[in-house]
Amino acid sequence: MSIRVELVSAERRVWSGEASIVLARTTDGDLGVMANHTPTFGVLVNGVVTIRTENDGDVKAAVHGGFLSVSDNRVSILAEIAELGTEIDVNRAKEALARAQREAADDLAEARAQTRIAAAVN
Amino acid sequence: MGAQLRIYRRRMRSVKATKKITKAMELISASRIVKAQQRVAASSPYATELTRAVSALATFSNVEHPLTAAVTDAKRAAVLIIASDRGMAGAYASNAIKEGDQLTSLLKSRGLEVDHYLVGRKALNYYRFRNRPIAASWTGFSDNPTYDNAKEIADAVIASFLQETGADELHIIFTEFVSMITQRPLAKRMLPLEVVESSKPPVDGPLPLYEFEPSAADVLDALLPRYVESRIFNALLQSAASEHAARRRAMKSATDNAEELIKSLTRRANAARQAEITQEISEIVGGADALASATSGGE
Repeated sequence: MSIRVELVSAERRVWSGEASIVLARTTDGDLGVMANHTPTFGVLVNGVVTIRTENDGDVKAAVHGGFLSVSDNRVSILAEIAELGTEIDVNRAKEALARAQREAADDLAEARAQTRIAAAVN
Repeated sequence: MGAQLRIYRRRMRSVKATKKITKAMELISASRIVKAQQRVAASSPYATELTRAVSALATFSNVEHPLTAAVTDAKRAAVLIIASDRGMAGAYASNAIKEGDQLTSLLKSRGLEVDHYLVGRKALNYYRFRNRPIAASWTGFSDNPTYDNAKEIADAVIASFLQETGADELHIIFTEFVSMITQRPLAKRMLPLEVVESSKPPVDGPLPLYEFEPSAADVLDALLPRYVESRIFNALLQSAASEHAARRRAMKSATDNAEELIKSLTRRANAARQAEITQEISEIVGGADALASATSGGE
């Protein structure tokens, strides 16, 4: 049994397909969504969303400012910014992290860079 | 070469140079319309999902939120006008500004004070030149807006909306991209939000009974600003597509006019050249005649 997953960012549809489980972190804690999950609507914290597909392994994405909605075996993950781990340039993300740490004030950019690295490395 | 002919040639050269520029701008705009349209299409899944989520929330929770609560004795309204940074797009910018003026006078007739938020250098210059007060303005991205731009604008207008002394209503003026040929300036009320977009039930069945994490109120708090952002983003994208379409059309008619002008100038230059030749011939013939009659008279 699989569920349909749509990962959309404000600018484009990032990923869509079938998955066996979706793992995400809401403001209440980690959430795993499998088939026949009750309709849920959650606010995601900035972090990595893992979509486990049946055949192609895990799809990881860095998500900022996101929501997750589940209904009728359909999961939609909406995010202001969403990037697949495979699309992220680790070196650039690391540079961004170093830059954000230097300019200590920019916590948001630092968190963002850390999320991107986490999504890309795993 | 005669003076007349030289003037015609000079004008033709200048019109040809202008035509090259307008033709290039036409082609650039034509390619950018397609890109802008694709961006509108690419952003629509997000907007659709968000609208679905917001209407689900509105249907199944009766949580009050400041962004949805209508004020009965509204005193201030904010108008966000989206125009372009650059001209050469026919009446695109002035149409949006005009629509804004109409809305402003309508709001004023309801006894509201109106704050103006402007996007695009054209709108900004229009207001500056007339010494009208501007609440805030953003420039430099009208032809290629990003989500961050929309966020920045949304943050400013929502902040004003949530303030006690700030705006009680937010209206937005943008140019709807109907087709390549038709773009329409539109005025829409954005805040307070009317979440129920249409009275007919959604196509894909009734909305499910959601569980909210952490709670309906918290979700609404996080969701509604995103909803406003996404609506503003969509307006920016549509306006960008409209701007390119308007520019393409304006530049196409400029190119056509230049061609027409070159054609008529060529005709006149040819006529002038022919007149010159005719004159020269008649002068030579006249001179030869005079010479002939002078020598024959001398015998």
